[in-house]
Amino acid sequence: MAAGGTIDALGQFTLHPALGRIGAAVHFSQSNLFMVIAGVLVLLLLWLGMRPRALVPGRLQAAAELSYETVMSMCVETIGPEGRRFFPFIFTLFFFILLGNLLGVWPYFFTFTSHIAVTLAMAVFVVVMVTVVALRLHGLHFFSYFMPKGVPIALAPLLIPIEILSYLSRIISLSVRLFANMMAGHAMLEVFGAFVVMLGGAGLLGIVPAGVSLAVNVALIGFEILVAALQAYVFAILTCIYLHDAVHLH
Amino acid sequence: MRPLLAPAILALTLFLLPAAARAAGGMPQLDFANPLTTYQVVWGAVIFVILYLLYSRWALPQVADVLQTRETRIEGDLEAARGAKTAADTAIAELVRAGHEAHAGAQAQIAEALAAAKAEAAAQAATLNAKLETEIAAAEQRIGAARTAALGAVQQVAVEAAQAMVTRLVGTGIAPAAVEQAVASTLAARRARSQEA
Repeated sequence: MAAGGTIDALGQFTLHPALGRIGAAVHFSQSNLFMVIAGVLVLLLLWLGMRPRALVPGRLQAAAELSYETVMSMCVETIGPEGRRFFPFIFTLFFFILLGNLLGVWPYFFTFTSHIAVTLAMAVFVVVMVTVVALRLHGLHFFSYFMPKGVPIALAPLLIPIEILSYLSRIISLSVRLFANMMAGHAMLEVFGAFVVMLGGAGLLGIVPAGVSLAVNVALIGFEILVAALQAYVFAILTCIYLHDAVHLH
Repeated sequence: MRPLLAPAILALTLFLLPAAARAAGGMPQLDFANPLTTYQVVWGAVIFVILYLLYSRWALPQVADVLQTRETRIEGDLEAARGAKTAADTAIAELVRAGHEAHAGAQAQIAEALAAAKAEAAAQAATLNAKLETEIAAAEQRIGAARTAALGAVQQVAVEAAQAMVTRLVGTGIAPAAVEQAVASTLAARRARSQEA
């Protein structure tokens, strides 16, 4: 917050132990607490939504079925018929990130997707999983992925390192995209929020710019909701595209 | 929009971070001296795996089950509807065919009755005609007989009248044969004239 005339835009990302002494003893942070909350919210949606098991769904059941069918169609349309096998993973991944992003927009809530450690771990897991899937499906033939068909053999020394680099840079692009989007949005919210407090307290002249900052923050909240949904979708759809490459090799 | 958004936000972050970092003393995300930074990944992995197992083993199969049930139900209903439609179609075809048959039967019966009535009427007319013919013939015969008789009587009367008149006029009788002859010749001449006319 606006402490001592400076703006602490990054303090919101500091990790604290959650759940009192027990949490502190096992290094369970508020970041992990929000992971649990995000997961439980989706579980509640599925459990409460599907409890009526109605032939004609009500609102909550329609929402639960929509969440299922959206991710399922994303898997099947992007990966192909084999995508059904990866559906539970993509579902977990998509809703983990989506709820993490969306919960973070709520005041005082923590955004665990704004931590590079979390997004990097997910990206590393995705790329390792994709590679394992490709190796299990195609064996050593998988390495032909780095040497596209029809390319002159003379270009191989140049092309193969580039392909390997681009393959590995998926980890960076996937993790940094999500992390940077979430962190930048929340830092900007914090900065403009601090402007409101500082300018609002600076007397009559500051009222107008404080109001403008508040308006910007309102717009930013809307933008953040868009980014939250968009980045979760991007992460999931890119994972699907990587899986498609692994299953079909180009 | 996406290709532009990420670099723009990255640039903004890079622009904001130095100022912010100077104030706060580094990004908390990169503070690996804090054990929570690494443990959040460990706990995150544990939570993710538990969530994955809960979703894939318990929550998502429920949704799939409901969707599957609905699909089979709709499929069954559609099948039943298709069956009902085929039955209705055959029933309608049967109805139309029966209607046609009844119509044709009725026409045939009407034609038959008409023909029978006509034949009967013709027969009746024929017998009536025959009866009338015979009656007419008999009547004509009777008329002819009556006429001849009448004509015979006329001659007789004329002869008697002529005799009487001659007797009155002359005072004495006349030979009946002469009167008869005269009357006969006069009547014959008249008959011939009337026939001419």
